[in-house]
Amino acid sequence: MSFAVIFAALMIWFGGWWMNARLARIRGGRGAGALAPILFGVTVLVLWELLVRGLGVPGAILPPPSAIGQAFVANLPTLWADFVQTFVKGALSGYVIGCSVAFAMALAVDRSDFLKRGLLPVGNFMAALPIIGMAPIFVMWFGFGWQSKAAVVAVMCFFPMLVNTVQGLAAADRMQADLMRTYAASPLQTLMKLKLPAAGPFIFNGLKICTTLALIGAIVAEFFGSPTLGMGFRISTQVGRLALDMVWAVILVAALAGSAFYGVVTLLERAATFWHPSQRGR
Amino acid sequence: MRSIVPILTVLAALIAIWYAGAVALNADWARQQAERQDRTLTTSELIVETWNQDRPRLPAPHQVAVELWDTTVEKKITSKRSLVYHGWVTLSVTLAGFGFGAALGIALAVAIVYSRTMDRSVMPWVIASQTIPILAIAPMIIVVLNSIGMQGFIPKAIIATYLSFFPVTVGMVKGLRAPSAMQLDQMKTWNASGLQGFLRLRLPSSMPYLFTSLKIAVAASLVGTIIGELPTGAVAGLGARLLAGSYYGQTVQIWSALFGAAVLAALLILAVGVFERIVTRHMGFGR
Repeated sequence: MSFAVIFAALMIWFGGWWMNARLARIRGGRGAGALAPILFGVTVLVLWELLVRGLGVPGAILPPPSAIGQAFVANLPTLWADFVQTFVKGALSGYVIGCSVAFAMALAVDRSDFLKRGLLPVGNFMAALPIIGMAPIFVMWFGFGWQSKAAVVAVMCFFPMLVNTVQGLAAADRMQADLMRTYAASPLQTLMKLKLPAAGPFIFNGLKICTTLALIGAIVAEFFGSPTLGMGFRISTQVGRLALDMVWAVILVAALAGSAFYGVVTLLERAATFWHPSQRGR
Repeated sequence: MRSIVPILTVLAALIAIWYAGAVALNADWARQQAERQDRTLTTSELIVETWNQDRPRLPAPHQVAVELWDTTVEKKITSKRSLVYHGWVTLSVTLAGFGFGAALGIALAVAIVYSRTMDRSVMPWVIASQTIPILAIAPMIIVVLNSIGMQGFIPKAIIATYLSFFPVTVGMVKGLRAPSAMQLDQMKTWNASGLQGFLRLRLPSSMPYLFTSLKIAVAASLVGTIIGELPTGAVAGLGARLLAGSYYGQTVQIWSALFGAAVLAALLILAVGVFERIVTRHMGFGR
C-alpha cells in the first residue's frame, strides 16, 4: 500500500516537473510566468495530501491540506478575532508608530553630519540584534494587552527604518544639492523637492523589511503573555492540545496577512517611486 | 576612524537616556518602599535607590554590567548559572543552522541560476516561504519534532537553517547573475567550459553579494535559535535564560541575557567580516 502511494507521489512529482520544464521553454506571455509557480504549488499540495493520507501520518504531526482548509472555514470567527487583536491592534499600530518615529528622527539626524556618522553604525548594529528578546520586558511594562505587542513591534521596526531613511536622505548627488542651492532653495524646499523623492526607494525598502518584522514581533510577543485571543496565543495553546490543523489555519492567516501587507506596501512603492529604474521596464 | 567620536557620543547619549529611564520607571517602587519605612526621600536619595533595586522594572546599566561580570567571569563555565555555558549552547546551534542554511542557500541559488525550470517554478516559492512567520510557528516545530523523537539540538538547528537560507539564496542568485552579457560572451570566446565559467567568472563576482547576505543570515540564525529555545521548557541557552527571567521577574537576568545575545551577534558578524577579508584577499580583490 505505502509503496503504491510513494510510487504515485513520485509520478505526480515528475509529471509536474515535466510540465514546468515545458512551460519554462515557452518564452514570452505573462500567463506562462504566473502558471509555473502555481503549478509547482499545486503539485506540492497534492503530494502533501496524498502522502499524509496514504502513509497514515497522524494529524498530530502533519495534518493534510484538506483538514487545514476545513479548520480554517469552520473557525472563521475565532480566526478573525485573533487577526484583529494581533495584526490590526498589535502589529499595525506598532508598525505605524515605529516607522513614523524613525522617519521623524531620520529627518532630524539628516541635518547634522556628526549625528549621522554616529547613528548609522550604531543603528546598523542594533538592527542586527535579536530585539525580539525584549518582548518579555515590554510585556512586564505594558501589560498583557495589545499595547505591549505594539511596543515590541515599534522597537523592532525603528532601527531598520531609521538606517534606511538616513541612507536614503543622503542618496541625492552633491551636484543636485548644489543645483538646489543655486536656485536659492530653502532647506524645506530642498527636502521636499530633492531629498525625499531621492530617498523614496530606500524608505520603501525599510517599510517592506518592517512589514515582516511587524507580524513576527506581534505574534512572538504573545508567547510571553497575552489575553485569551490573538494569533500567538492561539498557536501556543493549540500546539499544547496537539490540534495542529487549527495551528496551520492560523499560519495560513498569518501568511495571507503578511503577503497582503507586503503587497500593499509594494503597490504604494510603485505609485510613489514610478520614476525609479527598478520600477520601470517591466 | 573619524567616526569614533560621533559613535561614542551616540553611545554615551543612549546610556544617559537609559539611566534617566531607570529613574523614571523605578521611582514609584522606591517611593512606596520609603513610605513603608516612614521616611521621605530627597531627590538624590531617590535616584540612588532607583539605580540599586533588586528587581527593578528597568535595571541600571551598571547593574547589568555587574550581573554580566558575575555570570561570565566569576562562575565556572560548566555551571548552569554561567552565561558562557548558555551562550555556548546557543552558539553551537546557531553555527550548525547557519552552516546548513548557507550551504542550502548556495546550492539552491546555483540550481536557480542554471536551470530555467527551477527559476520559473521554485524562485517564487522561495520568496513565498518567507511569508510564513517561522518564528511564530517555532513552538509547533519543536513540539512536532519532539513527538517523533527528535529533541534538543536538531529542531532548533532546523529553525535556524530555515531562517538563514533565504537571504543567502536571494543574495547569491543576484551575485551569480552579476556578470554582464559581455563578460559571459568573453568566456565563450575563450572556449571556457561551463565549470570554468562558473569558477572563474560567476563565483568570484558573486562574493560581495554572498558575504553581505551571510552577515544577515548569521544574525537571523541567532534569532531563530533563541526563539527555538523558548518552548522547550527553558532548559539551556540564552533564550531559556530570557524565559526563566521573565517567569521569575528577574529583570537583571533578562537584560544580561539580551546583552549576551548582542555580544554573540556582534562576534558572529565580525567573524563573517574577517572571513570575507581573507577570502577576498585570497581571490585577488581589494588591493
